Amino acid sequence: MFLKTITFAGAFALLGSSAIADCGISGGNVSILSNDFPAIQAVTAEAAKCAGNGVKVEANLTKDHKDIMVAALTANPSQYSSVIVSNSTLVTLMNDGLVRSLDDLVAEHGAGLNKSQLITVNGKVMAVAFMANAQHLFTRTDMLDKAGVSNIPGTYEEVIAAAEAIRSAGLMEYPVALNTKAGWNLGEEFVNMYMGTGADLFKAGTAEVSVNNDHGVATLNMLKSLVGYSNPDFLTYDSNATQAEWEAGNLALATMWGSRGSAVLDGEGSVDGVSSNTTLSAAPKWGNGARPASTLWWDGIGISTNVSDEDAEATFIALMNGISSDMVKANNDAAVWLVEGYKPSPASAGVSETAANGAAPYPMLPFMGTLHGALGGEISDFLQGAESAEQALADVEAAYTTAAKEKGFLK
Amino acid sequence: MKNRNFFWFILPSLITMLLFIALPIVSVVVQSLHIEHEAVLNEVENCGPFGCKKELIINVDETKRLKLEKPLGEFNGFKTYTNRNHLAFEEIKLAWSQSESITQFISTSLNLPFYRALAFTLTYTFVVTPFVLFFGFLIALGVNSLPKQMKGPTIFVSLLPMIVTPLIGSLILFWMIDAQGIIGSILQRIFDDPNLSLKASPTLTWIMLMVYGVWHSSPFAFIVFYAGLQTVPSDTIEAAMIDGATRWERTKYVVLPHLMPLTIFILLIQLMDNFRVFEPIVGFSAQANATSLSWIIYNDISNNEDQFFGSAGATSVLTIIGISVLLIPVLIRTWREFNRKVV
Repeated sequence: MFLKTITFAGAFALLGSSAIADCGISGGNVSILSNDFPAIQAVTAEAAKCAGNGVKVEANLTKDHKDIMVAALTANPSQYSSVIVSNSTLVTLMNDGLVRSLDDLVAEHGAGLNKSQLITVNGKVMAVAFMANAQHLFTRTDMLDKAGVSNIPGTYEEVIAAAEAIRSAGLMEYPVALNTKAGWNLGEEFVNMYMGTGADLFKAGTAEVSVNNDHGVATLNMLKSLVGYSNPDFLTYDSNATQAEWEAGNLALATMWGSRGSAVLDGEGSVDGVSSNTTLSAAPKWGNGARPASTLWWDGIGISTNVSDEDAEATFIALMNGISSDMVKANNDAAVWLVEGYKPSPASAGVSETAANGAAPYPMLPFMGTLHGALGGEISDFLQGAESAEQALADVEAAYTTAAKEKGFLK
Repeated sequence: MKNRNFFWFILPSLITMLLFIALPIVSVVVQSLHIEHEAVLNEVENCGPFGCKKELIINVDETKRLKLEKPLGEFNGFKTYTNRNHLAFEEIKLAWSQSESITQFISTSLNLPFYRALAFTLTYTFVVTPFVLFFGFLIALGVNSLPKQMKGPTIFVSLLPMIVTPLIGSLILFWMIDAQGIIGSILQRIFDDPNLSLKASPTLTWIMLMVYGVWHSSPFAFIVFYAGLQTVPSDTIEAAMIDGATRWERTKYVVLPHLMPLTIFILLIQLMDNFRVFEPIVGFSAQANATSLSWIIYNDISNNEDQFFGSAGATSVLTIIGISVLLIPVLIRTWREFNRKVV
């Protein structure tokens, strides 16, 4: 991350001397904190082109952005004028009032934005989304053909049937993978699967959790049936591991993030025949649920409260430049962009279909992160067969309630 | 040294210790006694690319006012210590009254996060520490009897496990023990079990972590013992040889007693180090099967979206208490010996 900052700084120095940026910024400091993946690298690199003429642009792209963002934005003036936020991190920042309303900036500089890009909370624009992400199904069609399965599974019941067919045909012992690393990833899988039941995670209008019920038990049982077809190491599988296993040709059916799609399909780092036979499709439904078992995520722009209005405006304009149609055209396959000018591609098919099938967005609730943590820590015992589903859910409820009390969400 | 001189002599380190050790601990204790203010929640409509929904948000102005009034949060006494995610008094009481057998009581208790972590931490400490002492001593004896030209390279190679950063070391081993890694696939061949996975079963994960711990820490014990071996008086050894003592008897009756103070020193350091075992759990992605007290603290403040400072503070204080309890017997022994020497 340090290196990246240096590289950017170097690039700006060059830009400053050669080209005069044409973003319409009169001056100010732009500093961006964000997660680190190709789509965001494209956005920040484009925003960096606004540097020069009294405008400084810096970006810190790091996987650990979540750990530093609250402290960095609490400082006054804030260390960063912008954070690239998602459903969950926006809530964390809003809980402490660390991001400002963008109503004025959008009115003045956001002419090209789709209305659906605006994240409004209580009528105020708090963030501008530029890309969507969701976990959905990746399928090896050649393996399905060999196992005699004709259709790409549309439900998890069909996924299990297909996995059984692949196993009994002797093609693969462990054809299935989900991002089931204990902790955040496993919590996310539970949330996804639970969303497929159509039920809510909390009692309406309160911070009281309501997963300790029949829906929760069914969700856990479905997860357990799926990991029955996963490598026994499944509790160590994060996105990097599942992508590597997929590219090594060890998997036939996997639920992975849409943002991995282009990396899997590009053929780089894959065993022969993997990329060309990989199809991305909507997240499956299951049971009698009407919506896909997945949650929709967006990434977007948030602007710090604790910076001068001048810097905020400069940052907003630079980032509007960063998410321009030109950038999208140049990086079409890097993400599922929500920006005008984006052309859907095979790499985005999964996310688009998942959204079109009516998947729920990841809840923007102040106490969602607390539940997510409790889920990630408490359900692995059940998946390993060490305790009952009811016990696991009781543990989740108890762990969440204790933590939520400490956070002041529950009395 | 006069008392006055002594005072001025240690004043700088005293101030540093106060600033960087004592004060942070006080702050941790204070934080552990507080929880956050009750959140003021409002229901609002949130809209985005995927539609609108009524959701709760935190009322920022009201929260800010509360925080200005009481920046530390709500005073909670020792309730964080006794809640379910720490000492879990109520759950333990309940488990005691409802369990039919002691095994059932233990397994119910081990389902609670704190006790589960404590179980692994203590097992790790009490298994790894003696092995480290044993292997360290053995390697030191071995290296000491090598011909001179070979000593340097051997020492260098023996120290490597300690030089490698713990997180990197455990990551390297993590890949090696993978089913497709060199160690993992060899073990599968040896036991003729294609499904054998060191990462999947809790027992094997524990063993793997402890083997890693011994591998990582033995060089420390070795280098200290090796330094000690250079100070063993050669006339005593020669006298023992003249008396007909075998190599084993010389080691037992001359070398070991001579190295006793060093053994205590290594024991002390290793007890402290092993009690705060942390990196291998992250490196081996072992949190589903093994957690430690330090890992809980890390999980509270940096693994998730939310940060639980009160909870992390409470676990930290409990860890400090745990280390003190472990060290007391060793310290008492050292103190007694010190007094005996003075007299």
